Amino acid sequence: MTQAAAVEKVAVRQYKGTPGQIRRRRIELTAGLVLGALVMVWIVANLINSPTQFAQVFILGFRNGLLYALIALGYTLVYGIIELINFAHGDLFMLGTLFSSYFITVWFGQETSNLAGWLTFFAALIAAMAFCGGLNILIERFAYRRLRRAPKIAPLITAVGVSFILQFIGIKWNGSTPRNWPKVLPQSEFTVLGVHIAWNTVILLLVAAPLLLLLSWVVTKTRQGKAMRATAQDQDAARLMGIDVNRTISFTFAIGGALAGAAGLLYQQTTGTTNYNLGFQLGLIAFTSAVLGGIGNLNGAVLGAVLIGIIQGLNDGLPIGLGQKWSQTVVFTILILIMVFKPAGLLGKSTTEKV
Amino acid sequence: MATRAARKAKKAAKQPVSHRTWALGYLAVAAVMFAVYQYALPWEGLPLPIYDFLQLWLPPSSVNEALVYVICALGLNIVVGYAGLLDLGYVAFWAIGGYSAGWFMSNFFEQWKFHGLSSVATTEPGLHINFWLVLVIGGAVCAFFGVVIGAPTLRLKSDYLALVTLGFGEIIPQIFFNGENINGFNLSNGTKGITRLDPIPTGVKDLGPFDFGSKFVVFVLLAAIMVFISLQLRRGRLGRAWLAIREDELAASMMGVPLMRTKLASYAVGAVAGGIGGVAFATHVDGVYAERFNFSISIFLLAMVVLGGMGNVWGVILGAFILAWVNSTGLPALGDTFNSQFGTEVDFPSFTFLLFGLVLILMILFKREGLIPESRLRLVLHEGDADEELKPAHEEEK
Repeated sequence: MTQAAAVEKVAVRQYKGTPGQIRRRRIELTAGLVLGALVMVWIVANLINSPTQFAQVFILGFRNGLLYALIALGYTLVYGIIELINFAHGDLFMLGTLFSSYFITVWFGQETSNLAGWLTFFAALIAAMAFCGGLNILIERFAYRRLRRAPKIAPLITAVGVSFILQFIGIKWNGSTPRNWPKVLPQSEFTVLGVHIAWNTVILLLVAAPLLLLLSWVVTKTRQGKAMRATAQDQDAARLMGIDVNRTISFTFAIGGALAGAAGLLYQQTTGTTNYNLGFQLGLIAFTSAVLGGIGNLNGAVLGAVLIGIIQGLNDGLPIGLGQKWSQTVVFTILILIMVFKPAGLLGKSTTEKV
Repeated sequence: MATRAARKAKKAAKQPVSHRTWALGYLAVAAVMFAVYQYALPWEGLPLPIYDFLQLWLPPSSVNEALVYVICALGLNIVVGYAGLLDLGYVAFWAIGGYSAGWFMSNFFEQWKFHGLSSVATTEPGLHINFWLVLVIGGAVCAFFGVVIGAPTLRLKSDYLALVTLGFGEIIPQIFFNGENINGFNLSNGTKGITRLDPIPTGVKDLGPFDFGSKFVVFVLLAAIMVFISLQLRRGRLGRAWLAIREDELAASMMGVPLMRTKLASYAVGAVAGGIGGVAFATHVDGVYAERFNFSISIFLLAMVVLGGMGNVWGVILGAFILAWVNSTGLPALGDTFNSQFGTEVDFPSFTFLLFGLVLILMILFKREGLIPESRLRLVLHEGDADEELKPAHEEEK
């Protein structure tokens, strides 16, 4: 090795970006540490203050986090493949809750937790997934496909429009006030070390976890998943390699929609209420989760969603906290802070803007 | 020959913008409307059918409300239409402007007493500042918030920006919504809102909540100022920089346009318009109510800009008038007429969501440049379309 090469190697290792980038990184690190420390202090204070209640709201937050994960994956899948923030996705979830309610209570008349109730629940799971998946394919086909090469502001505005139309369907279907429904899942709970855990939390975990594993398998192991990743990387190159880009994008929308449908059923069965503007609220929370984890990154979406769910649960339920009425503000403050300090998210790779 | 033509073009470009043409047309339309509402409508001799028709289809309050929307839509147009940044939280500025009016023009802060050139009796408690000064204050506060929220976020990609603004547009109204008791301090009176604002002093008479005709003049004047600012900025150095960023950010920065400062300027100017609109709206409804500042307002304004034509002042005014009228008067009036005619019970106002959604989707899909297009934007917005045609035919079949 010549001396020049050695010098060059040292120089390469020592270069850490422009002064501006270094300063920025330092600010980000400090802000992150300060915020993290504050959150830790808050959590520890609550843990010492009331351990049982802490565990209780932690589990509740974790449950909500799983629901958010199912929705957040729809955002992250679609963003990963066509770089579109699908504003209508939350409203698709809302239609999923309505579809499930009607399927179980109105069309099949199940109101209590028995064998027929369980069978209807699983039938509703498949039906809601098919309904939302199909609806999402239609939305992509008629609203977004034509705009794939248009300036970015155009599909964004269209997505907002689609969101409004889905909300309109929600108003007509559900009415403009929240509605209560009977639940076919068991309403009992069991106690571990003085902490009450509802059975439906366990059921939610048992339904959501296989779905997440299935998705992960589809994306990483199957041929269709490979096509999805290729399309996400470079549409034109994928097309040259013989991948049917339109079909792959439709497939992605179908998966995202199906997960939203499953989330809709689970939400409706655990809370028992539906409302037309649910999609807007939960959709934004789910989107925040996707951004927190690193948008476009599937594991990141799940991690972010669980974190957001837990933070929100702790904030809403703990004695030392801002309380439920500031719930949205807390979540959106997190969104803005991540956007400002770490737009790539927790697990996302920071990318430079393509030219 | 060519050089002479070029010199001529250069000279034309250097000439100050002529505002005479539009100002005359604007004045004429405003004068006719003012005459109708101030003199014809209260006139005894007006035939009853015409009176009923006007009261049902074009009541004075709906025209004034539409003007408030025009002011805000023109502000949003600077952000969305000129600079090409998608702002989905515009309602935050509207709320801040509204509460500026609520704080500085009412008895709300009973613990303090301050009178700034106000026309109300000096014995009244609370902060009372002259409406025209409050306009300036509201605009300034909004500009401040615009810069605060814009400075860290405008570095982001455009679609991320849309979300941060959306989050901002949710947080601010929620603060006002919950602001009844912040550490014992009543910031916004919560859901009850702040009612009974001071009248607008004009030197001749004070305009209360029901002086629709005179307030129409005030709102027309404010809208005219926004039109003037929009046109003037559009032709100037800043406006050309905005258009350059809208069309190609990278090319613009290569040409020496300071990206951050220019985007921030568009954000701040847009925010000022939102603040002025907020103050005007508060005086229009004679109060500030937290639950009125919801996400739909941001989308209504966006739909107005998109329908009329992004970047075109006259298009935006047209879009704002059409949609504001449909929302406040058109749909309910149509519903009443339809239901009484056919004996049905169709709830027409509930169709607003469908209508605004369809306006956004159909305009973007089929007429992206809006009703009154801006010539330059049409080219930009259809940039990708040529590529589509080059695709093999079997791609399109699927």
